[in-house]
Amino acid sequence: MQALPSLDARLAALREEVRAIECAGRAAGRLSLPFGLEAVDRRLADAGLAVAALHEAAPATPALGDDAAAALFLAAVAARLATAQGEGTVLWALARRDLFAPGLAQAGLTPERLIYAECRNDEEVLAVMEEGLRHGGLAAVVGEVGNVRLAAARRLQLAAEEKGTTALMLRRWRRAGADPLGSPSPAVTRWRIGCAPSQTLAVPGVGRPRWQVELARQRGGESHIWILEAPDAEARLALFSLSADREDQAVGAERRAA
Amino acid sequence: MRGTANLIMVEGQTAPEAPPPRSAVPLPIAFGDREDKEGSRLSHPSPHAPGFRPGARWARDEEIRSLAPLAAAQTPLVTAHRSGQRVTLAALSPEARSLGLVPGMALTQARMLVPGLDVRDADADRDAAFLARLGLFAARRWTPRAAVSGPDGLWLDLGGVTHLFGGERRMCERILGFCARLGFAGRIAVAGTLGAAHALVRFGGGAILSCPEGGEAEALAPLPLAALRLDEAPLAAARRLGLERIDELAAMPRGPLQRRFGPDLLARLDQALGRAGEPFDPIVPSDPPSVLLRFVEPIATAEAIAEAMAEALRRLVRLLEEAGLAVRGLDFVCERIDGAALAVRIGTARATRDPLHLLRLLSPKIETIEPGFGIERVRLVAWRVEPLGPQPFAGILAGEPAAADLVPLIDRLVGRLGVRRLYRMSAVESDVPERSVRRIAPLDRPAGWPSWPRPARLLSPPERIGDVLALLPDQPPRRFTWRGRSYRVRQADGPERIHGEWWKRSAEAETVRDYFQVEDETGHRFWLFRRGDGEDPRTGDLSWYLHGVFG
Repeated sequence: MQALPSLDARLAALREEVRAIECAGRAAGRLSLPFGLEAVDRRLADAGLAVAALHEAAPATPALGDDAAAALFLAAVAARLATAQGEGTVLWALARRDLFAPGLAQAGLTPERLIYAECRNDEEVLAVMEEGLRHGGLAAVVGEVGNVRLAAARRLQLAAEEKGTTALMLRRWRRAGADPLGSPSPAVTRWRIGCAPSQTLAVPGVGRPRWQVELARQRGGESHIWILEAPDAEARLALFSLSADREDQAVGAERRAA
Repeated sequence: MRGTANLIMVEGQTAPEAPPPRSAVPLPIAFGDREDKEGSRLSHPSPHAPGFRPGARWARDEEIRSLAPLAAAQTPLVTAHRSGQRVTLAALSPEARSLGLVPGMALTQARMLVPGLDVRDADADRDAAFLARLGLFAARRWTPRAAVSGPDGLWLDLGGVTHLFGGERRMCERILGFCARLGFAGRIAVAGTLGAAHALVRFGGGAILSCPEGGEAEALAPLPLAALRLDEAPLAAARRLGLERIDELAAMPRGPLQRRFGPDLLARLDQALGRAGEPFDPIVPSDPPSVLLRFVEPIATAEAIAEAMAEALRRLVRLLEEAGLAVRGLDFVCERIDGAALAVRIGTARATRDPLHLLRLLSPKIETIEPGFGIERVRLVAWRVEPLGPQPFAGILAGEPAAADLVPLIDRLVGRLGVRRLYRMSAVESDVPERSVRRIAPLDRPAGWPSWPRPARLLSPPERIGDVLALLPDQPPRRFTWRGRSYRVRQADGPERIHGEWWKRSAEAETVRDYFQVEDETGHRFWLFRRGDGEDPRTGDLSWYLHGVFG
């Protein structure tokens, strides 16, 4: 009798099958953008953020600070996508005028890579995002929306998959009670970003900002929480490490998805 | 070729004293003494320009203010042009001419002769532009073949058109009357060859001259050699030989003339006498490329309009391809049964001929068209066209992937949002944060900011915060209250002092803002500022504001 293939080999084969079913009809092995941090990439299903897909990020609380953190998180991702594409351009569709461009520039999204589209309401933001995705030449499309219906989000996901452009959606809090990530969505990954206390410095001053980054849901993987440091001028996030030798630095429980 | 008229605008001739009161627009310039070309910067309407009324001859004149009301027959007016070091007179009013000045005289000499001379600059380019527009008008109105002759005249080919205007004489009178209404005194000469017409109108006498068929030789005989459009060198050489008039030149044997002066002299003579042909380069008025579709039955549904649009676009693109043009502005005009015309206009950021792209720009506007009882005709007009230039191609040949072209996306988004809501942010050289950004067009290159820490969200206007506990002058606050919630500051950085811009508003001359980046216990980071430096009360009233939020 033949020896059974090892457990790991069987699990790997099963994962491949599931992945093939999920991205039915397309080439296996999605292109992905790794974070460059081992602890993060290990937990992501594609070893990074899938490029031709829709991703969502929302602030953890209705406070404006978390909203700014989520915006900077998506800005850093978009900046790295633009760099990966060469001279890529990012389209940012917004409905409110409180985004401050120098702040984005410090997260790596410099002004020559960014085009702003000011829209009147959420529907227009979604329409502009779809227009940008269907063009196919952008590096990423970022949109700030409140409530999104499932059908509209699915259209964005299909458009992103078709043309190979990444769609990043910033879900803003509309009312203090309703969690933006409460409703179902076809997004490949859903993140919740919150501010975390930064390192106490010996001298007066504010250290590098830290975020609590929670991967709330992802397709084909489990959720996780990390504490990461805010992106630098090259849009790279960093891991908050108590000491340099420890590998698994995640602070917080590892949740098992159902 | 019978019937070539040469029309020139003449300086130094008086127009009729009582101006015919036929012009539609009152002008601040008296009719009597507008002989110099400078007095007539009146732009010419064309039958296709918007607002053209067949009876009106006038459009706007931007330069009317440059001519103060010229009181008739008082200050002599001349125009001067500079060539190298010399400033010579170009055109003269009749008063100046009567005082003995001639065109070509040095300005200093003229000033010496006539003390109170009014000198204006001669603008040859605008004269030429005006003449070109007059030529376009002539090509549309009088004869299909018109060309510019010299700096002050037009050639009109009258073959086959004189009967439309009541005969040759009557046509010449009408043309001169038109010129008089324009403010020019003109002369017109009709002859069988271009050269003869040119010579007769400039050097013959009288306002209207007509040379009989085949009679060029006798008509030209008494005229000086300068009438033959010769250069300076052969003219001077001929004068040295004692040749003054054309008939003397015509009588001389041709061989020695050719040897001595070269072929040009004889060529001009032959052209004037009709022995050799001369090419005629007509002005061709160009209409914007357009396509007209007529329907057997009026259409009223959106699908029908879309199909009509697609068909018209197909035909227009074919027209543009033949002409080598690309479109930058398109008008889609639907004419309804009741006579109303509805237009939809699109523009593109770059000249394009791509029917798919143009269709995608036009289709969303179909909803704005009200068909009413039905649309019977549809017209697609490319009102702004440019020659389709070459696109840089080098990278593709080397094997690099083609860079994504953003212009079609920008066109579509501008069509959906409007041109002001698609932009890039660029830096303004200002320390004041709310003034340090500005919007620029999406195709321009923006400038970056210096790397001072700046928040991701900026509140506009900054919000007042209360209960601030801070040591003056440069300690960050330990506590503050914002939007009803109280925050305790754990760490802070600052102050960053930003001075007011006294050149923008004088009230800011002495004010300063001290900015602090503070972090509270939960990790939220805010950007606060205090008006004033804490030491000098003129710099601010020590009130605290929250300007932005860091991520």
